[in-house]
Amino acid sequence: MNAQTIEKYFVPEPSIYPIIGSISLLLLGTGASFWVNSLAAGPWITALGFAVLLYMLFGWFGAVIRESETGKYGKNVDSAFRWSMGWFIFSEVMFFAAFFGTLFYVRVISVPDLGSEVGQIFWPGFKAAWPSAGPHATEAFESMTWVGKSTLAIVAVIAAAAMLTFAHGPMEKGKKGQLQIMLGLTLLIVVLLLASLSVSWVPVINTALLLASAVTLTWAHWSIRQGNRGQFNLFLALTLLLGVVFLGCQVYEYVHAYSELNLKLTSGVYGATFYMMTGFHGLHVTIGAIMLAVMLARSLSGHFTKDRHFAFEAAAWYWHFVDYVWLLLFVVVYIL
Amino acid sequence: MSAVPHDVAHGHDHHDDHHHGPTGLMRWITATNHKDIGTMYLIFSFIMFLSGGVMALTLRAELFQPGLQVVQPEFFNQLTTMHGLVMVFGAIMPAFVGFANWMLPLMVGAPDMAFARMNNWSFWLLPPAAILLIGSFFVPGGATAAGWTLYAPLSVQMGMGMDMAIFAIHIMGASSIMGAINIVVTILNMRAPGMTLMKMPLFCWTWLITAYLLIAVMPVLAGAVTMVLTDRHFGTTFFNAAGGGDPVLYQHVFWFFGHPEVYIMILPAFGIVSQIIPTFARKPLFGYASMVYATASIAILSFVVWAHHMFTTGMPAKTQIFFMYATMLIAVPTGVKVFNWIATMWRGSMTFETPMLFSVGFIFVFTLGGFTGLMLSIAPVDIQYQDTYFVVAHFHYVLVAGSLFALFAGTYYWLPKWTGYMYDEKLGKRHFWLSMIFFNVTFFPMHFLGLAGMQRRVPDYNPMFADFNELATVGAFGFGLTQLLFAYVIIKCIRGGEKATAQVWEGAEGLEWTVPSPAPHHTFEVPPVFEAKGHHH
Repeated sequence: MNAQTIEKYFVPEPSIYPIIGSISLLLLGTGASFWVNSLAAGPWITALGFAVLLYMLFGWFGAVIRESETGKYGKNVDSAFRWSMGWFIFSEVMFFAAFFGTLFYVRVISVPDLGSEVGQIFWPGFKAAWPSAGPHATEAFESMTWVGKSTLAIVAVIAAAAMLTFAHGPMEKGKKGQLQIMLGLTLLIVVLLLASLSVSWVPVINTALLLASAVTLTWAHWSIRQGNRGQFNLFLALTLLLGVVFLGCQVYEYVHAYSELNLKLTSGVYGATFYMMTGFHGLHVTIGAIMLAVMLARSLSGHFTKDRHFAFEAAAWYWHFVDYVWLLLFVVVYIL
Repeated sequence: MSAVPHDVAHGHDHHDDHHHGPTGLMRWITATNHKDIGTMYLIFSFIMFLSGGVMALTLRAELFQPGLQVVQPEFFNQLTTMHGLVMVFGAIMPAFVGFANWMLPLMVGAPDMAFARMNNWSFWLLPPAAILLIGSFFVPGGATAAGWTLYAPLSVQMGMGMDMAIFAIHIMGASSIMGAINIVVTILNMRAPGMTLMKMPLFCWTWLITAYLLIAVMPVLAGAVTMVLTDRHFGTTFFNAAGGGDPVLYQHVFWFFGHPEVYIMILPAFGIVSQIIPTFARKPLFGYASMVYATASIAILSFVVWAHHMFTTGMPAKTQIFFMYATMLIAVPTGVKVFNWIATMWRGSMTFETPMLFSVGFIFVFTLGGFTGLMLSIAPVDIQYQDTYFVVAHFHYVLVAGSLFALFAGTYYWLPKWTGYMYDEKLGKRHFWLSMIFFNVTFFPMHFLGLAGMQRRVPDYNPMFADFNELATVGAFGFGLTQLLFAYVIIKCIRGGEKATAQVWEGAEGLEWTVPSPAPHHTFEVPPVFEAKGHHH
């Protein structure tokens, strides 16, 4: 093979941003340690850490975007980005796996154990049931208990997830009709879900919002592949809007839970798993929404072409990932 | 295999020899060069190794005699905890990443790591984590004393030092995940044309699989310590039975991380040894493909054995039996490796330079550690061994004699490539023999202490254990001092000595031996063409 035909891999110049990021994490770690121990300097050091982090993120991502836009990244760098985003999302999957595993453990093992014969010796009279705040619960609360057709809901969620996944086949092949049918079917499932389940129930609305956002995002992806920037911007903005409304609904849900259901983070292991799982998911939706917003801003300033738009695709992968996590949460946290 | 050397294929470019860009301290702070970053990883890990070593020697000084002489029990517990955390996260793991940084691009024929800037951040996240961890000794209440495993409910009750340890673990986790992604992408995406996966040096294979394990389990550890944090400060009850949680849940989540973590610390060691033994036996590695499959099997099995750390927590018998047999199964692929190394040496033209001494020593002592591991996997027997010095002996046989000896072997093996000079062979051999003898003097008696019932993590003990403890302490100080000799050999080698050739070792094969020694600042800016000679003759 002729060495001259092989492209040179881009290696960036020395950079100041990593050390700035490290300083920010040192500040964040120190500040958070102080803060949780009620030291007065805690919040200030934490805030400073965030400010430095923000500066680093702007500078670093700015440098990457500049390098990308000036054509420094060859095919090999592009495939490196693809591999890395995939592996990064895998690490996120494992992070959520720890919490899903925890929920499984408390529901299947620890709470039933506390109500077992042996458990009765330590906690007489405790009846194991889910939701549970444990044998030493002091305050009553209402859970987000589901009162609908469970099987129907689960089937609908799985069908929608499958439809969305398979819709990417026709998109890659450029088959518009097939893609439209599959995205249409996904939307139909969303409508059915809303109609047949309790419409006033926030988690159902949230499921519908995220599923719809996945449809609009996929259509945005289709548009950029066709080189239709106007339509891309429109559907990307729509996706972002749906995501923001989702977050708004979640805030409403939390306020409702705290003020009317007396369901708190401290409501035993039910409250703990409920808030930690939906909370970390909400945090990831926020991160995904920021990514999409950056992509929208970049598209508005003329970045991306129909052949080169991996930054957007990476954000889309991430959005689909938070979407699937939600569907699983919807089933195991709310329904089952 | 052979390769077109860099300077033959493209004309040796003297421009490549020199470092351009910031100089002085800024060269290191802003580095995007895999060799500079690899060097920083290695220096950092050696400093942490010495810090963790001082902690260990303090422990051994206290244990020299029964009763309390040197430190208070609270501080003793802090030292056991921090010794573990510093050695695992500060010394062993970063040292292997240092090797990966230095050697992977040279081995696969890549100009650098896939993400050079992120590579820098992966390294520079470690000092802040170390500052938080070591700094926690100086806050009210001192460092965390919950043991390196940070078991709840103890870890829920500690002072501020525990929070600093939690955030340090978050930062080190981020560093590990970014480092691992970098390694995976470098190996999968940047191999020289012609180097298929099954033609990669085995060190690349073991690191590929290690990096996969890191990406899979570091986030789980982050989840575990995050739950400890919220239980401590935000009123959740994940690990509190009163609220419906369970302290044992922490152990499950922790060991789901912790057992793959054990292999994260040994698979790259297998890789290093698999590079060295063929060189000094002057024979290709026996059973290359079976080595790859054995490594992959160990990685897969590592996810289904975690509860063997928890046999005494009151699991159902069926669960214990599952985890017991799954654990025993790991002996099979590990055995494949040991026999392959031995078969590689069989009828080879062997010489015993320091890297080879450490590698052969590794096989011997690591296998002993493997056997005690097999003993520990037997659930009914483990009830006797749990939390005794037998366990301490076991994991130091695999971690010190396993991981650390392989790191020593790798250092001596590649040091001429890094510095351009040969190290002092006589002193290197002396380092090996002293390490080997003092290691066994330190840790072999611990088997007997454990079987006789001496508990780990306790500063005082029954006077009947005194003799073996005295012996272990003498060994530990000997081992510690021996490592100063190691530092001396390295510094001496950096400062000069006999010039190293490009190939360095007569039997060495692979792309890293086609570039000059010391390796120029930039190598393989254009990929070399790799032609495999094949592994069999």
